[in-house]
Parts: sequence; structure tokens; C-alpha cells
Amino acid sequence: MKRMRVAAASLACALVFISVTGSFVPRFDYSRQDREHINSGPSRGHWLGTDDLGRDRFARLLHGTRISILLAPAASALSMLLAFGIGAIPGFAGGFAERAAKTAIDLVLSIPWLFLLLMVRATLPLNTSPAASVTITFLVLGLLGWAAPARILLARARSMRQAEFIILARSTGAAPFRLLSKHVMPNLRPILLAQFWISVPLFILSEANLSILGLGVAEPLPSLGSLLRELETVLSLRADIWRFVPLVMLVLLVSSLQIAVSEREVSL
Amino acid sequence: MNRRLFLLLICLALVAFLNTAVCLDELRFYLHSEPKTFNPLMVADDSSDTIRYLTGGVLLRLNRDTQKLEPELASSWKVSKDGKTITFILRQGLYFSDGTPFTAQDVKYTMDQLMNPDLHAPTGDSFRSGNGKVECTVLAPEKVAITFPAPVAGLDRLFDQVAIISSQSPKKEGAVLGPYYVSDYKPGSYVYLRKNPNYWKRDPSGQQLPYINAVKLEIQSNRDIELMKFSRGEIHLINTMDADYFDRLSTSSPAMVHDAGTSLDSEQMWFNQVSTAPIPPYKLQWFTSRNFRRAMSSAINRDDLCKVVYNGHAQPALGPVSPANRFWFNSRLQAVRFDQQAALQLLRQDGFQLSGNKLRDRDGHAVEFSIVTSAGNRARERMATMVQQDLSALGITVNVVTLDFPSLLQRITQDFNYEAVLLGLVNVELDPNEVMNVWLSSSETHQWNPRQKTPATPWEAEIDRLMRAQASAMDDSARKKSFDRVQEIVADQVPFIYLVNKNALTAVSPSLENAKPVVLRPQTYWNIEYLKLAVERASNGK
Repeated sequence: MKRMRVAAASLACALVFISVTGSFVPRFDYSRQDREHINSGPSRGHWLGTDDLGRDRFARLLHGTRISILLAPAASALSMLLAFGIGAIPGFAGGFAERAAKTAIDLVLSIPWLFLLLMVRATLPLNTSPAASVTITFLVLGLLGWAAPARILLARARSMRQAEFIILARSTGAAPFRLLSKHVMPNLRPILLAQFWISVPLFILSEANLSILGLGVAEPLPSLGSLLRELETVLSLRADIWRFVPLVMLVLLVSSLQIAVSEREVSL
Repeated sequence: MNRRLFLLLICLALVAFLNTAVCLDELRFYLHSEPKTFNPLMVADDSSDTIRYLTGGVLLRLNRDTQKLEPELASSWKVSKDGKTITFILRQGLYFSDGTPFTAQDVKYTMDQLMNPDLHAPTGDSFRSGNGKVECTVLAPEKVAITFPAPVAGLDRLFDQVAIISSQSPKKEGAVLGPYYVSDYKPGSYVYLRKNPNYWKRDPSGQQLPYINAVKLEIQSNRDIELMKFSRGEIHLINTMDADYFDRLSTSSPAMVHDAGTSLDSEQMWFNQVSTAPIPPYKLQWFTSRNFRRAMSSAINRDDLCKVVYNGHAQPALGPVSPANRFWFNSRLQAVRFDQQAALQLLRQDGFQLSGNKLRDRDGHAVEFSIVTSAGNRARERMATMVQQDLSALGITVNVVTLDFPSLLQRITQDFNYEAVLLGLVNVELDPNEVMNVWLSSSETHQWNPRQKTPATPWEAEIDRLMRAQASAMDDSARKKSFDRVQEIVADQVPFIYLVNKNALTAVSPSLENAKPVVLRPQTYWNIEYLKLAVERASNGK
């Protein structure tokens, strides 16, 4: 099992390395439209062929993967920060704070996030650059994605409240901040890490869902989600297997991240 | 026991055979949405319009092939010189589908219902020419005169949309004079039409029309499913198709697809010119400049749009009227030449300068604007992305924004919080009166700057004058002269940047005989009475 985790982590690292470094190579221009060669097959000039506007698929895959890979962890980190603040601290404090946090979490979990995202996307300023739009999309995902991890953190922090080592620390006069930083936080770290790695693929998929609806990353910037839009109709059932490479990339990335997170860390 | 079982099996086989036999003479195709009404006077959506076309009997019918009016329930008609009165001579001895006789009273009843202000019939809007009542007078059992308070231009053509309803039948709008009647409706699933036993039309050999006994209209919005079902022979036609689907089908079954040529539909973009719009004043200054709009128009490669987005199944648009509209199209309009140097020249005239690779206005503002379009419409998203690339060659930054349709509508009709928009226009009618609401500056749907109290520009005032002039003229050549001038002003001032006219792409099963797809709606079944299902058994392998 450990070997598998190492292999998965290596694969994830390799994908990150290739997409991040490759996207800086000037040869791979993701936006240039070669209108004389639309929907062409793989060639020396276009390793994965071109899309329906004559843009290089390989270049778009590199850039799209880089965007998803860099921004999804950032959004996930934001979510964890919020989850800790809204879940763990009130959970440890107990009383009214805990009840308020529970209510807030239930409220957020009951919101249909897709409609909320659509609404937020519709209210964005129109002259938002593609780079800003993708950042905002992931930022919104990060701001909305804290509720599920917060519930887990709250439950864990609550159980720690009456733990012997906490009672002992309190009896020695430890201040609340010290209790949190020195005793609670180290005990919650594995959960935070596990939730972080679970959220990364979740956000990549959420962005893909938004892009499939045409509401994710703005043109001409690619993302894994926007690349998958090519597969949304029956027309994708062609013999051009290179069209499925973004899908393979997404599956590899999500699977490797999931496998790389240990079973112990995920289960509570 | 065995004998009983044998008889039961025989009976079941017989029922199955009869059912198959019925199905063999059943035309099947898809409606893409639920019909909102079966009342022909209240039709305002595509699906209801389809049912009205298949079931409604009209006094006059526009032949979709020749684009000429032909007599139907009226054997002849005459419009008075002042354009206020139309007189119909009706055919005699006709019956509604339920056996109720067709009389002049039915025409009067239909017109009264149509113009009833309490009913708000959308079809009646085209007839509202001025203040006052529409009078329908039965002059004789076979003669009816309809008088309007003010002249109505193109009056006779409007009757193509008016399905006559019975004044006497207990079934009301369920009794029809068209080739089919609604026999069954299962919401969300299908509408089943059966042949009208009392339909009056006969073919040259004397056989009663229509040839096909039933039409099953299944309700299905998914185009992928429609394509698959058509490929399998489970439906007989696809009335409108995207270019991608068309090409896919043409690869596998070239005989089934039909490109009837340029349709009436256009794709266009426009800039927000609303003076109170929440956009920076310097941008409003760009958008209200004729040179700026002309430059944008010249900088867009329409040939590439046709080739890349529509795979060649579209033509660069010349103006507000498609060449498919043979009478009203102004053939003197010149195609907009793709010329980015000429575009830059025009921009320089307005003080724009290229600074590095950025275009800046005379106050130093970088030229950047957004184009909004509807999310999920791949063709429009692709066009916007191509426009983005074309304009980047002039140093202009374009942000493509896709919005869900309600948000988009809110922005372009209520808040005016947008800069440029790329949308399409589905044209159904040929007559310019039908687009009065687009061209009159006071109109709600004068998209680039609606609801003007007085025309904001002299050329909009001129368009207002010409549109009113053509609407009140009775002579078609005088009307055309006015509308030709409107088209020339629009081509010169470019309030809309017309991009492409899409082709009418359809698919028809080889088993459907006498089909002759045309560019006007309904493209494939406009001659429904004459369609025949002759060799379906072979093609379906049933």
C-alpha cells in the first residue's frame, strides 16, 4: 500500500512539474488560433492536434493543468483556514460559540452551491481579465468549501475539550491561545491535511463543472474543466482518442491525489 | 388449454401487427420544448407554432418555397386601396375536424377573439394598426370583410398566422381545419396528431390529403438524443441542426442531410449606446462613434467565422435582412471587407493611437471592453473568442464573458450594465413590419439604445421616419424603397455589427417522400400534406 502511495505521489508531482514548466515554454501558445487547421489530428507542430478554433491542444492542456493544479490547492488552503476558524475554535470553546458554529455549518451545507456560484459569477464585473476570473472562481470555491471540513474539525475539537491532556494543561494555567496552538492544533493537523488533499480534487472537479456550464474560466484561458467541454456532446464519440487526453489527465491527477493521502488520515 | 394459449398468442400477434401497421404510417419528429398552448391564437413559442402549423386552417398560406401567398380556406382575397380593408371569398362546403361546418361566422368569431383586448392574443399584435375597433363583417355566406382603423401594410401576409377556430363547435379550438388534429397529449412526453378526416385538400388525382395518417411529436430538448434517434431511423426529420451535427450526419448518411442555403437567422453584436448606462463615459463615447463601430466591423473576419464556427454552412451577413428574404433584401448592400488597416485608419480619425501593442484613445485610455454572450451556446462562445483574437490585432483587449441567459437579459434590457453583446436573431417573418420594434427608437427592443423619448441621433430619426413611412404605404415598391434606405443607413451607421447568416440545415429520412427542405420555417414539413412515408419498412429494418 505504501508503494502505491509513493507511486501516486510521484505521478502527481510529475504531472505538476510537467505542466508548470511546460507552460512557460514560448512554443506552447495556448491562445493562438490557426484557423486553417481546425480540429486537426496530432502532428509534429501540434502533438495533440488542434481544437475547434485551431488552438494547440497540448499547449492548452499544459496551461489548463497548471491553472487547476496551482489554484485548487490555494482554494483548498483557504477553505481549511476558514474551517479551522469556524469549526475547530468554537468546537473547542463550546457553549454558544459551538451552537452558532453548528448552525452556520448546517446553513452553508444546505445552500445549493451550484446556484450560488452561478449567482456570484453573474455579478462579477464584466471587464475581469481571464486570469482574474479564474482566480475569483477558485477563490469563491475556497470561500464556499469550508463547511464540510469544519463539521469534522468541530466534532474532533469538541471531543478534545474533555481530554485528560487538555485538563492537565488547563490546570497548569495554560491560556486559551496556548491551549489551541500547542495542544489542539497539533492534534488536528492530520485531519486538516487529509481534508486539504480531499478538497484539492474536489475543487478541480467543481471548476470543471462550472466550465462545462460555460461559467468557469474565461476565454481564451484554458483549464482542465474548459478542456473537458469538448466531450460534452455526442460528437465527441469519434475515433479521435487524443480528445480524451484532458479527461485522462484529470482522472490521473485526482486519483493520484486520493491515493497519496493515507487511509489513516482520511478515516476518523 | 393448449388451444386457448395458441388463440391468445395469435391475438397478441395480431394486435402487435396492427400496432406496427399504424406506426408505419406515422411521421415522427421532436419538439424541443413543451407546447405552451393548443389555442392557435395564443401561440408565442416554437412548439405551439409547430402544432398550429400542422393543425390550423388559414385563409391564406405563404408558400415557403416560392415565398408567395396562396389561397387556402379563402379562394380569393382583395385588399382595399386605402389598406384598411381586406375582403375574403371563402370556400364552401368545408368542415372542421369534428364535423362542424365552416362558415363566414367562424372567420368573424376568430377575428373578434384575435382582437379581443382581454385575451391579449400575441398573434393579434401584428394587426393592431391604430386606435379603434377592428370590424369583421359577414357580407354573404361566402364573403367576409375585415376593416382596420388604420392601414396595415402587408395585411394579407399576416393571415398566414391566423388559424380559424369554430364559433359553433363544442370542442372550440380542438376543432380544426388543418391537415391534422390533436388526438392525444401526454405532458413531457408527446403530442399525437391524427389525420383530419374532413380536410378539404385533395391531390391532383383526387385523393384526400394529407397522405400520412398520424404525426407523433415527441418532446425532447436534447439534441444528442435527437441525432441518435434520427440515425437509428426512429424519427424522420430534424428541422434545424447545428453545423457540427450536420457534418457528422453528412459523413455517415450524406443523402439524409440538406443544406437549403442562407436562412433568415443572423448572428450579430452591438455596443451599448444607452446614455445612462453604468459604464465609463469615455467608453460610451467610443461606442457612440460611427467610426469606432465601423472599425470594429471591418476588423472582424466574417469569412473565418463562417468557415471555423459553421464549417462553411453560413454566409457573411450583409445587413439586417438576409438574402434569403428575396423581396425585402437590399441587393445594393456591399459586403463588409475584412481590412484591419482600414479599421486602424478609421480609429485614428477619432484620435485613437497604437502605443506599443495597446490601442489608446485620445485621453490615453487603453481600449478594452467586454463582450457578453449566452453561456452554453458553443457557436457564440467560439465567435466571441475569434472576435477577441481579431480585435487583439488592433491592440484592443476584449474580455469574453458568458452568462446564463436570464442574467444576460437582465443586463441588456433592464440594467444596461454591459459594453458589447453577441447574440442571434431568429427571424420568422419576411415583412419589415414584424421588426418595427427593433428599429423604432422609442421601442423597448431597440437594443443598442431602447426607449428613447426623442431619437438620440439624426440617423435614428431618419430610420423612425422611414419605418413609419413603409408601414403606412400600401404599394410594395414604395415600401421597399423606404426599407432599402433603412438597410443602407444601418450598413453605414453600424448600430448592429451583423456577423453571419446561418444556413438552414435539416435532415430528412429517405423514407419521407416529397420532402423539399427550404430556408423558411418550418423548413422540412412546410408541405406536410404532400409528405409520404413510402419505404420506411426497408430503411428501419422493421
